[in-house]
Amino acid sequence: MSALTTTEAGQAASARSKKRLTAFLFVVPLLAFILLTFVAPIGSMLWRSVHHPAVAELIPLTLVELQRWDGHAIPDETTLNVFALELHGLAKQRLSGKLSEELNRAYTGMSSVVKSSARRIGRLKIEQLESQGAETLLQAHRNWSKAEVWYAIKRAGQIYTYDYYLTALDLELHPEQGIQVREDTQIYLQLYGKTLNMALVITLFCALLGYPLAYYLSGLPENRANLLLVLVLLPFWTSLLVRTTAWIALLQTNGVINSFLLSSGLIGQPIEMLYTSFATIIAMTHILLPFMILPLYSVMRGIDPSYLRAAMSLGAKPIPAFARIYFPMTLPGLSAGALLVFIISVGYYITPALVGGTDGQMISNIIAFHMQRSNNWELAAALGSLLLGLILVLYWLYDRFVGASNIKLG
Amino acid sequence: MAEQAGDKAFLQFTNVKKTYDHKTLVVKDFNLDVAKGEFITLLGPSGSGKTTCLMMLAGFEDVTSGEILINGRSVTSIAPYARNIGMVFQQYALFPHMTLRENLAYPLKIRKRPKDEIKAKVDEYLSLVELLDFGNRFPGQLSGGQRQRVALARALIFAPDIVLMDEPLGALDKKLREQMQFEIKRLHEQLGFTVIYVTHDQTEALTMSDRIAVFNNGIVQQCAAPHVLYERPANLFVADFIGESNKLKGTIESVGDDRVGVRLEDGGLVSSLKANCCEIGLPTTVSIRPEKLTFTDRLGSAGNQVKARFVTRHYVGEYIRYHFATADGTELVVKNLNDSSAPQFSNSDEVALAWLPQDSQALDRPVAASTL
Repeated sequence: MSALTTTEAGQAASARSKKRLTAFLFVVPLLAFILLTFVAPIGSMLWRSVHHPAVAELIPLTLVELQRWDGHAIPDETTLNVFALELHGLAKQRLSGKLSEELNRAYTGMSSVVKSSARRIGRLKIEQLESQGAETLLQAHRNWSKAEVWYAIKRAGQIYTYDYYLTALDLELHPEQGIQVREDTQIYLQLYGKTLNMALVITLFCALLGYPLAYYLSGLPENRANLLLVLVLLPFWTSLLVRTTAWIALLQTNGVINSFLLSSGLIGQPIEMLYTSFATIIAMTHILLPFMILPLYSVMRGIDPSYLRAAMSLGAKPIPAFARIYFPMTLPGLSAGALLVFIISVGYYITPALVGGTDGQMISNIIAFHMQRSNNWELAAALGSLLLGLILVLYWLYDRFVGASNIKLG
Repeated sequence: MAEQAGDKAFLQFTNVKKTYDHKTLVVKDFNLDVAKGEFITLLGPSGSGKTTCLMMLAGFEDVTSGEILINGRSVTSIAPYARNIGMVFQQYALFPHMTLRENLAYPLKIRKRPKDEIKAKVDEYLSLVELLDFGNRFPGQLSGGQRQRVALARALIFAPDIVLMDEPLGALDKKLREQMQFEIKRLHEQLGFTVIYVTHDQTEALTMSDRIAVFNNGIVQQCAAPHVLYERPANLFVADFIGESNKLKGTIESVGDDRVGVRLEDGGLVSSLKANCCEIGLPTTVSIRPEKLTFTDRLGSAGNQVKARFVTRHYVGEYIRYHFATADGTELVVKNLNDSSAPQFSNSDEVALAWLPQDSQALDRPVAASTL
């Protein structure tokens, strides 16, 4: 082999970089689209889950004063005066409502306390506040004499916080004992567990239903298999909402299934199926089944029938031959399908929201609740980030034990 | 090796018929007796029914009617896994998720042989196909020829009664194919198993087989040893399919014990061996191999002669092909060794071509196809 001259090397390098530039230009629109609609929202969500400047913007001076506070008794008079002054300002600007909402989130029941105290302090003149501020405040409500309340205010005032993650993990920060399990409301961890559990069951059902069908399809002549595949894909052509609503019609107390079972005398009482986790599982299995069938089918289609024949000619009976030879060869498709179904169902929202009731709710429904109803976007962001982290961890585990390179979508 | 296995036949096909669509027969009345240790090739164009016969023997296709007997016992109702027949596939069919060792051990594990015996056998067969150092690799890491050797070893390791090979060398390039032919022959001689080999490559069939069954349209046209097929083809199809042949049309004028006299279309009278003709007055085709056809100055006046015009000359390397045309347009090809005697012709030279009567066959049509 002879080495290239400098000119030749230069030409080769410039040709290569030109090629790269062309390739890059082809993906620029998609890249911009993804950055704008995918990376940026996820980034802002992650950011929002740790960045919370609302309280710090409302009562900055009080928070500075609270720096000196030892955290045991009521903060000193200066601090209380400063707070009263700021509350007075907020009341005049009609921002006390916002503060009450924020503090209520940090310490339950603070909403009305802040509102009434703000009204009381708002009635005073600024000159009066200099001397009577602290006193008025303490008279306004006994909560202002509690150290926990001030502790909560101090924590809520932090611009960067991991408190929402603690809440999302059902933990809380106690002034003395540090991080500990929250005792009053244990919801999120349980919900994560239930979500994973349901996703697992849905994946299992999809595999059990999809595998035999994909196997049958892969053995058919091409034109008939294509026709039947169109039927498999048919659900994709109807709106998700319509399909889910159809399940409501089927499953409700006086729906199709119950009416049939009642009239045939198999049951005496209608079975409660709608608004249970059963309804969520059955409707989601139906909706996600094509994601299992397609990769399975394309992998099975690629398996030469001579493998099974070879196994049998070597003396293997059909079932052992299937288990030892055919099944392992379909694993790439099975794991691809299972991963798709599992990840999609972990974050599914609309179907559990419509047919799940309270029993069939999944983590995404709680996230939506915090986005839309309770207006706690920071907690929603923390829950969403944890979900993202959870999926990444599961994917890592999968890659570790099964190997992501084994996935075959077609 | 026995030309005809006779009563002691180890494997027998008797009146085997097969239809897929219940309208047309893919295999029409297949009869074949195979002796133990024989190497039989089923040769024919694609769609001629040879692979179907193999699949029926393996048990992957059922027999529409007729019997297949191994050692006198009918196997038509026995499941494929119980027939004890080894099979080598065109696409190797090595299990991709198992190493070579696991692939070879598979049939033995199914038969629940003890572990140390399995290990010894696997070692033995790996070294038999010269792949002992590759035992822990996966099939995907091997070349085509190596994969086919493993497939061969896997089909042999459980000492099957019969080994079936379905175009096993079809996916290999020419040079490798020749090596593998030699390899299969070597193993066959060393281990003495019975082989049913399917191919559409006549050279492969001629070099490897004890006997060849030539298939066309679901019928065995001729079943004989390679030299018989080549030198004494039973009909036009065989003469055409195996090797190359010059065909001169004519009418039978006289019939002797083993010779016939044929009046060619250009008026010349030639003598030829009697094959599947012959009644006086019927049309026939005289077939002559290109290498048996030569120039008159070599043969003198001993043989048959035909006059033809020189058309063109192809240089092939070890020999030269001369193309001639007779007066009625029939093309004749002469193969001449590329030595100093190779003559030169100029265009449209008229040359007399000659051959010996025993080097030509008077042939009829192929065996007529029977219907369902």
